Amino acid sequence: MRANCWMGKTMVSVQDVPDPQILNQRDAIVKISSTAICGSDLHLYNSFIPTMVAGDILGHEFMGEVVEVGREVKNLSVGDRVVVPFPIACGKCFFCTQQLFSLCENSNPNAWMGEKMFGHAAAGIFGYSHLTGGYAGGQAEYARVPFADVGPIKVPSHLRDEQVLFLSDIFPTGYMGAEMCDIKPGDTIAIWGCGPVGQFSIRSAFLLGAERVIAIDMVPERLQMAQEGGAETINYNETNVYEALMDMTGGRGPDACIDDVGMEAHAPGPIFAYDRLKQAMMLETDRPHALREAIMCCRNGGTVSVIGVYGGFIDKFPIGSVMNRSLTIRTGQAHVHRYMRPLLQLIENGAIDPSFVVTHRMSLDDAPYGYDIFKKKQDNCIKVVLKPGERGRSVEKTRSFDAAGNGDMMVH
Amino acid sequence: MVARQQTGGTAQTFRRQQDSQYASVSNETNYNSERFEPGLPSTNAKRLAKGLGWFSLALGTTELLAPKFIARISGVPERRAGMIRWIGLCEIASGVSIFAQKNTAGALWSRVAGDALNLTSLGIACTSPDAKRGRITFATANVLALTALDMIAARQLSGGKTGVHANASCIVNRDPDEVYSFWRDFRNLPRFMDHLVSVDELAEGRSHWVAKGPAGMTVEWDAMIVADDPGRVITWRSLENSDVDNAGAVRFEPAPGGRGTIIKVNIQYNPPGGVVGATVAKLFGEEPNQQLEDDMRRFKQVMEVGEVVVSDATINGTGYFDQRPAQPLDQGRRIQE
Repeated sequence: MRANCWMGKTMVSVQDVPDPQILNQRDAIVKISSTAICGSDLHLYNSFIPTMVAGDILGHEFMGEVVEVGREVKNLSVGDRVVVPFPIACGKCFFCTQQLFSLCENSNPNAWMGEKMFGHAAAGIFGYSHLTGGYAGGQAEYARVPFADVGPIKVPSHLRDEQVLFLSDIFPTGYMGAEMCDIKPGDTIAIWGCGPVGQFSIRSAFLLGAERVIAIDMVPERLQMAQEGGAETINYNETNVYEALMDMTGGRGPDACIDDVGMEAHAPGPIFAYDRLKQAMMLETDRPHALREAIMCCRNGGTVSVIGVYGGFIDKFPIGSVMNRSLTIRTGQAHVHRYMRPLLQLIENGAIDPSFVVTHRMSLDDAPYGYDIFKKKQDNCIKVVLKPGERGRSVEKTRSFDAAGNGDMMVH
Repeated sequence: MVARQQTGGTAQTFRRQQDSQYASVSNETNYNSERFEPGLPSTNAKRLAKGLGWFSLALGTTELLAPKFIARISGVPERRAGMIRWIGLCEIASGVSIFAQKNTAGALWSRVAGDALNLTSLGIACTSPDAKRGRITFATANVLALTALDMIAARQLSGGKTGVHANASCIVNRDPDEVYSFWRDFRNLPRFMDHLVSVDELAEGRSHWVAKGPAGMTVEWDAMIVADDPGRVITWRSLENSDVDNAGAVRFEPAPGGRGTIIKVNIQYNPPGGVVGATVAKLFGEEPNQQLEDDMRRFKQVMEVGEVVVSDATINGTGYFDQRPAQPLDQGRRIQE
């Protein structure tokens, strides 16, 4: 089969690799109809996550048709159309029974690596380094899905792929980011990062009852998409974020802040240079600018929700601000399994149509191009969907933006 | 679980009794008290060491303060009192070091050296014309007996240090009885212990073990169960004529709050010399703890999800050097029942 493999820093290539097979009795093999490039794939692409090996198949957002099931998979049959959650979870361990699926104790065969790096390991994840188990990912024609009796969710045929594909990661991830804010009526939520996850946090915050959402980014089309979702926006290249937020909230600060950025934050001025330099010198692994700013901006007694991915260690963490001002920090890789059904309901109700986030659709063979424009934020790229069923070059831009000018016609 | 909670005090008392029966240390409030070590260096050896330590202090103090008394009872001429004082000082030093050092075995070996010194002194004393031979013979017999005890304790304790000793622990979402039953059927062990090829049950609590070595070699031994307390503990050790002397213990403790079972395993082996010894040392890898921890992770997988979980990268094993790229293998290994 064809699969998109990580070959080194900022190098991916679509190669012919062996087809997957059933290895455990609770596996299924899925023929992939749609798969996406995630912002967190860029951390792998940019080599900020250790334990990658050349040839690793990338991709953890995918869906498709079940073509084979292991003997112990009773709830799926060949032909079912399913969306697969990115964390792999056994459904039987202590954490799975607590609905903390991204902390599954049994799905990561390389748990020792996590224990060395983090003290404890988290669950296995598709196509996301050996630290998370070394599973082949879903940017491929087929994928082996372990614990297929626990993870994949069947989706109705009247919903298009792009309406349900993001149940695999970014919709539940954005939603959990908002849910961790414990939103109460009247709350103001500030969101750092208007990438795909940030977009879903914006919409989820409103779904959860926020009165006001303020979104922070620098990329014009992302800010436009945030506004389309009902958010007020701050362009951090033009405005001092702290001053703007204090001005907008009467000096109190937002009730909760969501870090939808993670380890590769950008920031204006010398603090970015400081973190970038330390990261390059391997003195810190992550650039935590968004997190620092979210902490400083959050109102007293508020919540900082960290859903953006961090991989290791940071500097200048304002713990004094956290402690003296009674802040709550909540974090985690999304426990996708527990959100899939309720969020599918919201999609079926028409409360949200996740396909709004897609800007580019292309064949799997175009994956290297997709990574390149996504990383460089070229051509208004916000979210790329890859179609393994298509061959050769077929890039389709699915929408245009006012702000950035170079958006062409609306294709879809 | 409810019953156990209601009778918590009794259960704990019972546990203490069990612990002493299995020569185990149970200081429930202080983890630093050493964990149960099976078979080879037992806590008996440690108790013996402590007894010897107190003896050293008492004898040394007497030798230091009343050397002439010591000379009289051991038949040594009283003019040797100065030397007896020196021996007393050495004796106190080795007694103190038994208590002060983490390396009790080292201190015990220093006692053995002291014993040799004492025996030499007695031998020299014997040659002097005013020596009382009967008393010297009696003293020599005593020192020889002590030397034997010192050597036993030192060998037992240093056996654990020079041999390979691994321990690991995991928590499984199953009742202690279920976990115990699975483990007690030793034929299940190769399902999660990577280096084991097979374990066959023989009669009378005996079993035959075959383990993998590098270059396709295997090592074999027969083992017997030393202690078997259903739902609580199993200890086993190899019998004579083993390719590798080894012992193991596994304890099952109900996790607080009814959250399954905490399993604690200790494994120990004294690699014999020669080719087999070298093979065995490699066989268990440079990090025996890591190996055992990985085994325990697989044990948990088997108990909780029914089989060992594999990913594309770990088809050949989970070690750093076993990793292959995360893409399907051409002839994907299908996991047997």
